[in-house]
Amino acid sequence: MPAGFDPSGRLPDFFANPGTSSFTQFLSVHAPELLPGRRPLPPGYSADMAPHATTVVSIVCADGVVMAGDRRATAGNLIASRDIEKVHPADPYSLVGMAGTAGVGIELIKLFQVELEHYEKIEGAMLSLDGKANRLAALVRNNLGAAMQGLAVVPIFAGVDLAATDPAKVGRIFSFDVAGGLYEETGYDGIGSGSLFAKSALKKRYRPGLSVDEAVTLGVEALYDAADDDTATGGPDLTRKIYPVVMSATTEGTRRHTDEEVGAIAESVVARRMENIGG
Amino acid sequence: MAMQFYASPEQIMRDRSEHARKGISRGRSAVVLTYEGGVLFVAENLTSLRKVSEIYDRIGFAAVGRYNEFENLRRAGVRKADLDGYSYDRRDVTGRAIANAYAHALGAIFTEQVKAYEVEICVAEVGATAEADEIYRITYDGSVQDEPGVMAMGGQAEAISGALKEAHRADLSLGEAVRLAVKALGSVGGEGGQPRTLGAEQLEVAVLDRRRTGRTFRRIAGATLTALLTEEPPAAPATESPSEPPSEPPPAKEKQASPQSAGSDDLEILDDLGDAEQ
Repeated sequence: MPAGFDPSGRLPDFFANPGTSSFTQFLSVHAPELLPGRRPLPPGYSADMAPHATTVVSIVCADGVVMAGDRRATAGNLIASRDIEKVHPADPYSLVGMAGTAGVGIELIKLFQVELEHYEKIEGAMLSLDGKANRLAALVRNNLGAAMQGLAVVPIFAGVDLAATDPAKVGRIFSFDVAGGLYEETGYDGIGSGSLFAKSALKKRYRPGLSVDEAVTLGVEALYDAADDDTATGGPDLTRKIYPVVMSATTEGTRRHTDEEVGAIAESVVARRMENIGG
Repeated sequence: MAMQFYASPEQIMRDRSEHARKGISRGRSAVVLTYEGGVLFVAENLTSLRKVSEIYDRIGFAAVGRYNEFENLRRAGVRKADLDGYSYDRRDVTGRAIANAYAHALGAIFTEQVKAYEVEICVAEVGATAEADEIYRITYDGSVQDEPGVMAMGGQAEAISGALKEAHRADLSLGEAVRLAVKALGSVGGEGGQPRTLGAEQLEVAVLDRRRTGRTFRRIAGATLTALLTEEPPAAPATESPSEPPSEPPPAKEKQASPQSAGSDDLEILDDLGDAEQ
């Protein structure tokens, strides 16, 4: 029932109660059924029930951060989706990606976006980058029960710290564990089943102070390496023109790199691999 | 049991109305009007406490009266909008629904509580064209009025509204609309009936920008506002094409310095989540 509808004519509770600035806390009081992690689950382990989303990488560059995700979702040995989007803007200055149970992950991202926007509107100011990361950690923590039954999701969060005084520390990446642990990463990070291979590729090629374009190319290459060795990660699909989702966040805002831009980079990466398989 | 004096319901309501009206008329005024590029909010405000703010993508809020009371209403409006947008879709949050919720709440407060809220609020939604803009006035007793094109509220609202309506057209540029609003606000309250001149530091100005996608609410302050107040800008920011990032309002640099206002063009909140499922 939409909040505010009370035919008695009495003052709806949430008009009378000043409450907090957190949308999640508001939901937990007024519409707990909308919160992931508050739904009773039948006993048992059900990891194979829903599609899984896989590899996302994030790279710090001179102006901010870049995040790239492949487009595959799998259900067991089948491809559940060829064009799922795992990387989204969290707010104008940060990006969030997810790996794990796709449905739970998409809900988590949606809730996180509203959480940040809600705080900004209520308080008239944005949360700090660390504040945003902490809120996301709390959302992951709330999903622990479902995670233990196989519906796990792990996000990755990256953004620009507008309060940073050191220009080298403008772009920051945070990773999470399934229990809600929050870890700040240096330089680059990846999540999902292909992240092992993607991170190995990044370890050899990453250097501090990359431009946005260099970081985008690096991200697409790392996803290519992940798809090379992990069945659950999709490579660039040149026949269907489905390319990784690549977004960047700088002090100018977030930007999704267009399919034409990413397509050109993906094609050049594939062409280079024709010459040299190892990249 | 203590004997209570009898007061007729009519008397009680009259007293409450009078109390609320007195409180509202003491405050500074605010005006809301449509212009070619969207909906403009201008409030006379010397403090940093906001009278004008964002409710949702295409919905803005302005209020006059007691700050703690309308701030409470504003927060509730943001909650309702975010809850509805989260449970249904961002497109399903409408200005009319928010105005109705406010009418419901203010009506309940007026009849139930000992003290009526001394507030008058405006909910405005920007449409695709100036004809599709919606401006609602909700008063302390919960009555709602649809005000096409222009509305004024606060002390001496009638006089201000009269001055506004005379010169208002739907195809005003942003600069023209701001100057008209400020002139109307300054037309009352001067010494001996003289008009006052209001500077940028005495004003709180914001727009719902018709041509933006996503969150359309923008504050206009500082140098941008001063420029709009003083001169006829050759290329009004309202006429720029929607695809290019707007130089004003507010300039990108200012946005970096104080990330207080809503986001960027590129924020594709939730829309792309919908696409993912196609």
